[in-house]
Amino acid sequence: MDANAISAALGAALPGVQIEVAPSVDLQSTMYVQPENVIAVLGALRDVPELKFELLSEMTALDFWPREPRFEVVYILVSIEHRLRVRLKVRLPGEDPHLPTATVVWPAANWLEREIWDMFGIAFDGHPDPRRLLMPEDWEGYPARKDYPVQIQMKPEFGSPTQVTEEEFRASLLKDRLARK
Amino acid sequence: MGLESELPDIPVLTTSVEKMVNWARRSSIWPVTFGLACCAIEMMAMSCGRYDVARFGAEVFRGSPRQSDLMIVAGRLSRKMAPALRRIYDQMPEPKWVISMGACASIGGVFDNYAIVQGVDQIVPVDVYVPGCPPRPESLIYGIVQLQRKIDQSKLKLS
Repeated sequence: MDANAISAALGAALPGVQIEVAPSVDLQSTMYVQPENVIAVLGALRDVPELKFELLSEMTALDFWPREPRFEVVYILVSIEHRLRVRLKVRLPGEDPHLPTATVVWPAANWLEREIWDMFGIAFDGHPDPRRLLMPEDWEGYPARKDYPVQIQMKPEFGSPTQVTEEEFRASLLKDRLARK
Repeated sequence: MGLESELPDIPVLTTSVEKMVNWARRSSIWPVTFGLACCAIEMMAMSCGRYDVARFGAEVFRGSPRQSDLMIVAGRLSRKMAPALRRIYDQMPEPKWVISMGACASIGGVFDNYAIVQGVDQIVPVDVYVPGCPPRPESLIYGIVQLQRKIDQSKLKLS
């Protein structure tokens, strides 16, 4: 089943959704969809019986700065039953890039979307836990963007040790001992 | 035989408290387990049978900083890890020493980027820097011997 066949099966399930089949060097089926249709397409890819892409294998993003549209988000899906893989791509603008979250289709998208938010600054609307994944939570900027200053020199931060008085220390110790009895 | 034949008639040796304490400290340096990257593999090799740092009294790697004297920072330290390293260092009882192992821990190494601390001496005071990428176990043993010399020369402070 090649990209055209997958596209035809999708078109039958979702009339009116524009699906653009793209050539790929590695002969893996590759398709582009519009950002507003991505959740419907992902749901159809998972649920249509002749497709059944039930595994979200990988999800990442690309930065084509200074091209516009700047970003592409890539979903790599696997159909275990039909032994198929498909690469689904979405183009996003450089100004305020955002997508609806795929966690409604696959809960596994949670951390993948957090990583994309952390590294590329692409927001996922409706994400249940929109925090950074890899960088410290108070980090500024998105390191995997092409225009990020990678060799930036900043003073590292570290906390100071907790200062307690002897009375506080003994009270805490006693509380701990009582709790263990 | 051996030491016994060298002893004088009265079985007493004289020394200073400082020498004795320094001898005791340098002869059993217990490192805290703090492997961060590939340097930790060399550190493990150093502590195992082939290189056998037990000859120098530093083979007992402790899981708790409360029981350790030495921190071997083995590998690149990410900025997110820096507070954890400082916290473990603060939990170690005095006297304590730090060895910065390898190029990454000492100056950032090949990782000249935003995510890696460019030298752990920005976080903790370092006593000995061991160069290499990664340093061979012999190099790290040499670093520990250098640290032993440093401890031998240290002065006791009476507070």
